[in-house]
Amino acid sequence: MLLTDVVTALGLQVLTSGVDLDHEVRSGIVCDLLSVVLAKAQQNDLWITIQRHQNIVAVAKVTSVAGVILADGIIPEQAVIDRASKEEIPLLAAKESSFVVSGKLFALLSSGEE
Amino acid sequence: MTFVDVVILLQAESLFKGDASDTLIDHAYAADLLSDVLALTEERTTLITGTISPQVIRVAEILNVIGIIFVRGKRPSQEIIDYAQRLDIPMLTTRKTMFEACGLLYAHSVRPCKNRSALDD
Amino acid sequence: MNTNFSYDVHAGDIEQGGSASAALKSELRKIGICEEQARRAGIIVFEGEMNLLVYATNGGTVNATVTSEAITITIEDAGPGIADIDLAMTPGYSTAPDWALNLGFGAGMGLVNMQRNSNFFEIHSHTGKGTLIRCRVNRRKNDAAD
Repeated sequence: MLLTDVVTALGLQVLTSGVDLDHEVRSGIVCDLLSVVLAKAQQNDLWITIQRHQNIVAVAKVTSVAGVILADGIIPEQAVIDRASKEEIPLLAAKESSFVVSGKLFALLSSGEE
Repeated sequence: MTFVDVVILLQAESLFKGDASDTLIDHAYAADLLSDVLALTEERTTLITGTISPQVIRVAEILNVIGIIFVRGKRPSQEIIDYAQRLDIPMLTTRKTMFEACGLLYAHSVRPCKNRSALDD
Repeated sequence: MNTNFSYDVHAGDIEQGGSASAALKSELRKIGICEEQARRAGIIVFEGEMNLLVYATNGGTVNATVTSEAITITIEDAGPGIADIDLAMTPGYSTAPDWALNLGFGAGMGLVNMQRNSNFFEIHSHTGKGTLIRCRVNRRKNDAAD
């Protein structure tokens, strides 16, 4: 499923500007611990987190995830958003909790498999 | 869902001795960052986490969390398991990722609990 | 009659981090403070304790005094002090070292959580000297304590 379709389906806010959203999303990873994300995230995972520390951009870049969703209505600082835009990492925001966002994404991706 | 239903659904290992049959897991919150857990405003929450530090059980105690699900195959120390047993907080551990665990629980009608978001006051 | 509780927190002592808050909440409930106020005090002390553990060079102390009106909590350390308090109070702002981030701490919500759970909150800090935080949680009229 394409990230742009996930954005529409989940009603996500796109925080970054000028970043391509045509990335393929195959699965999700929900984790707030950067070292764990570095170890476990796969390319084409959509990363869901409440960690707004600026290092999320570097971690997203290194792991080549499809994008990052900040959950719980959390909006990172503009400097983090700008950095993500520059590094071409889609940064998205959801009002709901990580639990709900992952629940919905899981359902979306599962139904896509049939 | 009952605690036992969740153990089956997540192919988990129970870390609780005794009867947890009256523990209903119907509201959940997933986080590895403990300060965000502390912003929870609703009791009767089940915490889903990959953090196994001693703080998790202390936060659970302060907030009257009714159950803890450890994901990613994480297993807390025996001390934490014993402490939770004394507090009567059932815990389980599953190899599933947090994404899968949340996905499955959500699909089985477990709902989110209220969390005071960063922008409220 | 006032009741006092006092706890020392050692820098870097992850194993014990949070034990003071759990102990205090339990003590408050035993003397009849209602659940919500005890929980708020527990959250304040938890965040304070974790800050001492992660940031205070030599740890610090947590004191809680219960009077008929309120639970007053003070958290004190001797350094390093906070350079910019407004910044430190911004949700999400964190100077946590990597070891703390990887253990689930340092989300940048500690001081904010303390303030949100207090009826009165003040913080004083000087770099090179230390930090003092004072929080008050007002008691409910119908709680069972004294």
